[in-house]
Formats: sequence, C-alpha cells, structure tokens
Amino acid sequence: MSSMDITNLTKETFARLFAAGKRFDGRGLNDIRDFEITTGVSDKAEGSARIKLGKTEVIVGVKLAPGEPYPDSRDKGNLTVSGDLLPLASPRFEPGPPEFGAIELPRLVDRAIRESKMIDLGKLTMTNGKVWTVFVDIYPLNDDGNLIDAASLGAIVALSEAKVPELNELGNVDHDVKPKKKLPISDEIAPISFSFFKLGDSIVMDPTREEEEACDARVTFGLSKKGKQYLINSCQKAGKEIFTQEEVDKIMDILPKKFDEVNEKLKKFL
Amino acid sequence: MRNRINEAHEAVENEETSSESAQRMVVVPGELIVSGEDFLPGDGARRNGEKIVATRFGLAEVAGRSVKVLAISGAFVPRRNNVVIGRVKDITFNGWLLDVDSAGTGFLSIEESPRFINKNEMDQFLAIGDVIAAKIWGVESKRMDLTLKGKGLGKLEGGFIFRVIPSRVPRIIGREGSMVGLIKEKTGCNITVGQNGWVWIKGNDIDSEIRARKAVEYIADKVFITGLTDKMEDWFQKN
Amino acid sequence: MTKEFKRPDGRKLSELRPIVAKAGVVPNADGSAMFAFGKTIAIAAVYGPRLLHPQHMQDPSTAILRCNYDLLSFSVSDRKKPGPNRRAQEISKVTEWALLPVLDLKEFPNTVIDVQIYIIQADAGTRTAGINAASMALAHAGIPMRDLVCSVAVGKLDKALVADLSKEEEDFEEGEGATDFAVAKVANSDEFTLLQLDGKIEPETVKEVTRLATDVCKEIYEAQKKALKDLVDNEREEKKK
Repeated sequence: MSSMDITNLTKETFARLFAAGKRFDGRGLNDIRDFEITTGVSDKAEGSARIKLGKTEVIVGVKLAPGEPYPDSRDKGNLTVSGDLLPLASPRFEPGPPEFGAIELPRLVDRAIRESKMIDLGKLTMTNGKVWTVFVDIYPLNDDGNLIDAASLGAIVALSEAKVPELNELGNVDHDVKPKKKLPISDEIAPISFSFFKLGDSIVMDPTREEEEACDARVTFGLSKKGKQYLINSCQKAGKEIFTQEEVDKIMDILPKKFDEVNEKLKKFL
Repeated sequence: MRNRINEAHEAVENEETSSESAQRMVVVPGELIVSGEDFLPGDGARRNGEKIVATRFGLAEVAGRSVKVLAISGAFVPRRNNVVIGRVKDITFNGWLLDVDSAGTGFLSIEESPRFINKNEMDQFLAIGDVIAAKIWGVESKRMDLTLKGKGLGKLEGGFIFRVIPSRVPRIIGREGSMVGLIKEKTGCNITVGQNGWVWIKGNDIDSEIRARKAVEYIADKVFITGLTDKMEDWFQKN
Repeated sequence: MTKEFKRPDGRKLSELRPIVAKAGVVPNADGSAMFAFGKTIAIAAVYGPRLLHPQHMQDPSTAILRCNYDLLSFSVSDRKKPGPNRRAQEISKVTEWALLPVLDLKEFPNTVIDVQIYIIQADAGTRTAGINAASMALAHAGIPMRDLVCSVAVGKLDKALVADLSKEEEDFEEGEGATDFAVAKVANSDEFTLLQLDGKIEPETVKEVTRLATDVCKEIYEAQKKALKDLVDNEREEKKK
C-alpha cells in the first residue's frame, strides 16, 4: 500500500470535490460511514470490542488490575487510556518511538471518557486501601481515516461490556473465576468523539485516509448527553490552519444531530 | 477503426492471452504446477527435479511448454519502458527526484524534460508535490531514470490520481488498451495508467471523473474473471 | 506408554486445536493474514519491499527481512504494558530466521520487507501461530518464496508426545512435566527453520517428536493454502452464479 505523500494535485482535487459537496464514495460532507462493532475480541480482556468504520478497523480492550490510588484522589479508581499506532495498520506507521498521532489519539479518547464521567471511578475503591485501575488499550488494525472517532466508539462498547474481576485472598485478580460484576458505568452517558476536518473552506466529517491526508486542520469534540442536555466534554484542535467563528458555529449546530444519529446506531451494539 | 491508443500506455502482454477458456490455476509458493522434463519454467516458477513448482502466489499459466505464474498481488517491480506516475520529492541542481511508490527513487534529469528548461526555472516547471507521468529508461539498484519525452508524458494538471494494486494494471489497460479505451469512451475522461499502480483521470465534470474511478476500481478489485469486457459493458449500463 | 494419556480438552495426542486461517485481513498491507490455533489468535501484515531507512542499514545485495512480534496488552490475563519486551524481541528474531530460508530476497536490494505480527488472544503457541500467519502474509504480498513455512509446538506431557500444546498443558506438572518444543519447517521439504525447546526430553524422543511435527504440519499447510486460494476462488464462484 502506498506511502506516497499527498500531492498538490490531490489536494486540489479534494478542495474541488468538497467545494461541490461531493466525495468519491458518494457521501455528503457530513455523512458518517456505516459502522459495525463486535465484542469478545479477546477472552483475556475484561471487555473488548472491534469496530469497522468503512475500511477503518480498530480494536479496543479493557483490563482491570488492582493499583494504588493517585495521592490527590484516594477515593477514586484510576483510568489509563493508551494505545499504539501499530505499524500493521498503515504504511505510514513506522516501528520505533511513537509519532505524535500515537500520543494524541489515546489522550483524546481519555479526556472524552474522563470528563463525561462515564465511569463512576468512585465505585472502584477496595476495602484494603487499593483501587481498581481501568486500562483501556486502543489498537488500530487498518487505517482508512478517522481513527479517533472510530476508537472512541470502540472504547464505549468495550467499557459497556466490561466486568470487574474477582479477587483472591491475597488481593490479586483470580483469573479462574469468571467475573460477574459489571464495570460501574453510566447507562446514559456515552462520550462520543466527533472530528471535523478542514480543507480550504470546506468542513468534512469521517474522512477516508486519502481525504484525511489532504486536509489541513482538524477539531475533535467529545460529546455526551444527559437527559436532553448535550454536553461537550472535551475539545482539541489540531493542524496549522484556522477555524473561523462561523465555522465553529456551524459545527455547534451540527453536533447535536450527529450525536443522536450515531448514538442510535451505537445502541444496537451495546 | 483502429483503436487510438495513448502511447503512454505500456503495450502489455495481456493475461487473457490465447484462449479465455484456458483454465488458470491459483497456486501458492511450493505448489506443483506440472510434471515433466519438457516444460520450461518462466517467471514465478522453478524446476524441482521432474516437477515445475510455483515460486510465488498467483495464477499458474501453462502455454505449450512454457510455465509461469502471473502475479495477482505484490509490489511494483520497475522495468525499462514502464510508464509510471510519481510525485516530485525534491529538486537537485540537475534534475528532480521522484517518489514513484516503489522501493527505488526516480530521477528525472533536466535533459529529459519535454522542452528546454532553464536551471533557475526548474521549480516553475515542476515544484515539490507536483505529479508527472514519466517513462523509465534505465533501472539501477536504488533508482530509476525517467524521461518526459514521449506522447502522453509530462506534468499532470487537473483531474486526480489514485492507487490500485500494481499487478491489476494489465487488466485495467486490457488487450491493446481495449479496457481503458472502453472506460474513456463511456465517461469521456482522459486516463493515464501507471505501471506502479497510480492512475490519473481527468474529465469534463466531477461526476464523470467519479464514475471513471469507480469503473477502474471495480476492475482492479476482481482477480479472476473471464469475459471482463462484457461485464464492464453491463456495469456501465447500471452505473 | 500403555494407557493413552488424557489431554485436558479431550484431544487425541496428535490432534491440533481447531485451526482458523484467513488471508487479506488488513486492506492497507501489501499482504496480510490471520491464523488461529484454538484460542490463540495471531494477525500478520507485510509491507514491502520498500526502501529501508536509515541508509546505512541497507544491504546492496538483498532485501532485509524485519520481523516484529508482540502481544497486544489485553491478549494475556495479566495486562502486558504496550511495547515489545525482551521475550518479544527474541521471538521476533527467531521468527525472522524461521522465514528467511524460503524467501528469495536478492531481487530487491537496499529494501526492507516488514513483517508485523500481533497476538490478539494468547493461549500458548503464539509464536507458531505468528509464523503461520506471517508465511501466508508474505505469499499474499507476492514475495518470491520457494515454499510456505508451517509451524507448530509439539512436546511431551509426562511421557506422552503431543502436538499443539494449550496454555493449560504448558503448565502441566505431573510426572515428567511438560516439554514444549516450537518447530517450524518448510512445507514440502525436510527442512526445519525453527527449533526451540524448554523442558526435559531425551534425544531419542526428540527424533520422534520432530517427526510428529512434520506429520501435523501437513494439516497446517492445507489450511494456509486454502486461505490464500480463497482470495481468488471466491470470486470465481461468484462469477459462476
């Protein structure tokens, strides 16, 4: 698969297409590809999910282990989201120290989950002063664009089916006992990530890899809904181009609709 | 009427050679293709005693005494006279370095541009990030020498480029350019197919360009179909 | 051996766990495949030949094979911190040595062929599943190879010679305990490309158990072949409809 850098011609092409509201796969600029999520990716994980968003594929695994609480939150469990842009997933991912995308992706998913309070970390304390650490590990298997949004959906499903392991007398996880207790998460809150990519004056959602490589900037929002209230829990702009006030307003107008649309589809997999 | 073939298209030996009914066998490395002293192993095959076995994954073709295995996957191996589409990576004092999506770097000497280019105008002719269709005139271990002298070669402007698996390129071009000719006819687009898997399409409007790309990708996806031309006539009716 | 040894999952001594083999599972890769022995699942992707950076690592006479094996953090019971550890580095190297003998790399000087192997779920035999997946992925990538490579872990449970040990069997401690012997061979030839052993086993028994490996590798080869051919035949079947 190609690792040829983006050409001037291709950028012009997509600028032209997007300006006309068109895309090669026939989608509208704000249309999100169909996605499918399965669980049970690894029976060693306490929860796991595999998402296919178009040809983008990501697997997410949740594991729990006893740990020390952070000094400034002794009454709460810990959440650690990490991940790696596996060189398997793209000719662009090289073996070696992580490039920025590998660092940014888990951090964005982390903040969306953490700020939305999807996991009730207060319920993850133990009697002996230790707490549960929830590890969420994200691994893209094929990068065809929009890894962040795909990863967030995978993480929500993996967390939703995750169970808390049983401990033995020594306070270690007892791997021989099948866990029964669900991870204390809110049924209501799903912190879904929505990324908006900019090329010229066009804003596009859920790009394929070639579309994403042509874009100059991205802004990602973590969104959740409590009752009827939409809440933005996290936001990060990436890339060297700018977003105007008008563009920000337009995105704010689209977000609630997109949330409802994706949330409906997501519910089928929970 | 003789099919007007763009010289930029490599005259490629078509997979659908002699008889379309000739059964081709999918083989994996090490698998027996035929047995017999008379057979001559070609590309992708070797002799192991009495047996001719495959040395790559692909379609085994036995034509007379010659046995070879056609690639259906795998990297582009550059050969002399191949037309490739590449991206300008860098400008040196005497030419341009190209990324042709292959293990070697392409080099276009200033002498090989289609018209005289002044040494201090080089980036005005071809800047970093620009795309060209070029022909390989020499291959060395790490690099290819390219030329823009020839019909259908040069800087690509307008339209767009995309990639298919290089080994599917012969199908897209078709026997004597018949398949790519068909797509051009049905969509009104100009198309250049690089042997390295990159394809350039330029049409009169976006919708024709999108349609042409879909047609090319449809053909590139299928590994083994006889009667592809009929199938494509059908496809164009429906799309 | 008088009475037939009873394996915990009821398998016969030379019976392999159910095999699942599929090619083309990572669209971006030049070649890819997954291979599973029972609950052990490996996925492999090949990129290349591509130019090798940094330049001083290039070999002007040949392509270099670079294998990277790793366990995903949630593939094992106790979460593994992401990133290759020493065990993974060693397995990466022996995997490279297991695959090299069949590859013809002289055609691609100064390049690298990257093989990435990841274990999604680990239940023993991960390196063998990885080699089987990698072998298919290399073929799928069109790399010139004279044959496929098949790999399996054979061994000894007390005195019984078995094929494809599960994790439970690796931990077996009764009698003479467990001996675990990872083997890889060129599919259609008497050539072993991987030999790695841990346990207690007599030289005469090694002769027997390597023959057992050769025997069961035939089944693995059939699965690999079918997975690759399915990439094409599926479409041929579609055409017939």
